[in-house]
Amino acid sequence: MQAPIAVLWMMGANTFQVCCTFGLTPVTPTSPSFSTAPTASQGMKPSVFWRLADDIPKPMSTALMVLSIAVPFAIWWLVASLDLVNDKFLPSPLQVAQALGRLWTDGFLLDDTAASIMRVTVGFGLAALVSVPIGIAMGAFASVRSLLEPIIGVVRYMPPPAFIPLLIIYLGLGEAPKIALIFMGTVFFNILMIMDAVKFVPKALLETTYTLGGQRRQALFQVITPYVLPNIIDTFRINIATSWSLVVVAELVAAENGLGKRIVLAQKFFNTDEIFACLIILGVIGFALDLSLRGLMKATCKWAVN
Amino acid sequence: MGGELGRPLVCRIGLVGSAHPTVLAHPIHPLHPSTPYPHPTMHLEINNLTKQFDTRQGPVLALDDINMHVETGEFVCVVGASGSGKSTLLRLVAGLDMPTAGEMTVDGQVVTGPGSDRGMIFQSYTLYPWMSVQKNVEFGLKLQGVGPRERREMASYYLNVVGLTKFARSLPKQLSGGMKQRVAIARTLASRPKIMLMDEPFGALDVQTKETMQQFMLDLWNRTRVSILMITHDVDEAVFLSQRIYVLTAHPGTIQREVFVNLPSDRTYTIRRDRAFQDYREGIMDLLRGKTTPALVS
Repeated sequence: MQAPIAVLWMMGANTFQVCCTFGLTPVTPTSPSFSTAPTASQGMKPSVFWRLADDIPKPMSTALMVLSIAVPFAIWWLVASLDLVNDKFLPSPLQVAQALGRLWTDGFLLDDTAASIMRVTVGFGLAALVSVPIGIAMGAFASVRSLLEPIIGVVRYMPPPAFIPLLIIYLGLGEAPKIALIFMGTVFFNILMIMDAVKFVPKALLETTYTLGGQRRQALFQVITPYVLPNIIDTFRINIATSWSLVVVAELVAAENGLGKRIVLAQKFFNTDEIFACLIILGVIGFALDLSLRGLMKATCKWAVN
Repeated sequence: MGGELGRPLVCRIGLVGSAHPTVLAHPIHPLHPSTPYPHPTMHLEINNLTKQFDTRQGPVLALDDINMHVETGEFVCVVGASGSGKSTLLRLVAGLDMPTAGEMTVDGQVVTGPGSDRGMIFQSYTLYPWMSVQKNVEFGLKLQGVGPRERREMASYYLNVVGLTKFARSLPKQLSGGMKQRVAIARTLASRPKIMLMDEPFGALDVQTKETMQQFMLDLWNRTRVSILMITHDVDEAVFLSQRIYVLTAHPGTIQREVFVNLPSDRTYTIRRDRAFQDYREGIMDLLRGKTTPALVS
């Protein structure tokens, strides 16, 4: 008697009632294939932590995210406070906080951060301005792609820092070579990633546009461009990280200010606590840039966000 | 022909959901009170159309000497198995591909490329994902330079025609497959094409939604009498919807037979039980199987 009850339970009470009200007799199969009780199967064991390509419960995810920061921080604190390493090499979190405060009151922190951010903004801003039209044109027109892809493909594999000596010879020691380095280091990757995104615009969407009376120009500006906008923002989010590294590289080589310059100076005076402080600032600003571009995506491209 | 636009819609079957157009509110568009449709007549002609594709294995003849026509207000279907080149045929009519030989004319003008006089409905719901339903329907008019106020009114009208007024502000991703296809139909109708081309429009839908959409399409056609050329592999669908069917056989795609479907135009799903309906269906199936059936009217 258990099997039919189980089947009814599986069908759900509602199904049963609906069947009855419509004068249909609910099926209570007695054949062996139906009456097999759900035994513990040989199949996959359930897991929360190891779920493949699936969400985990919100509290669990929050807890793990807190651990992600807290554990490395705790280890640092622990190692520093146990005096396992000379604090000239590994300053404690407290010393780093004090260094941060010192840099702040001396006014260096604000100046250097502002200088680095300005270079990234101008260099990456120019790269973005150039890469959007070229990337879209390369993705949309096979002709433009054939014309530009080979040269860009080669140049982008030349490491941008290798250009620093040349840039200094050409542009001197001011802001120009640093901005040029950031520009060169990001523009080609921006272009190629935007180009790839355009290739994924469904052809049927363009054909629909034509059969609605659209011209090529309209398809380019009113269909392709909005379609790849989320990809453009994502491209920027990924490549702005590169520009953030390049600005430090440029400042390490030759600069009067900037977070990279601050690190070099700190090294000269063996102020590892200041180096740590600068590294943390670099990380936090980079993370903030990432978050703000994610926010921009959510605000402008609701259709592309889950 | 235009007068038919004013005919009241007879609601025949209870169609699923509140979103469905059981009653089409305004029989005539408010912006066109006296001119129901801008194209009172239409004549599509396809002459000796041949399409050959060059592949690595050599040239493949996809369509061989196709001759057909569609007249004002007709609902014509082309049925054929996969590989019969039926999608190629529709793409040629749409101007999205160029024929190897032969030509197509719409009202005597040779088709040289895509245009809004031949609106197309694709099987993959080709809605612009970043635009609201309303903006999607307006888009064709926007492309054609219609002003914002007029296109808003036109789009609202056609959204009402397809029963999706409530969803005007939704994004395409929030709609079901059938609803998406209704938006696409509204968008095409709003552009006022001379003929609407449909490429397996219900091919991706589940059986129930498909039947609902077929009934919807028939009602819509009965109301607007827009000329339709539809491609399908579903013989049942073709017989249910159209007045005339071209049966296409494969390798190369040639027109095997032209079938006139003498069934009343206000069909409902019950007609599928009629003997006449089944005769048409079985006859065409036999043609596709490679048998010739003398019983079939042609």
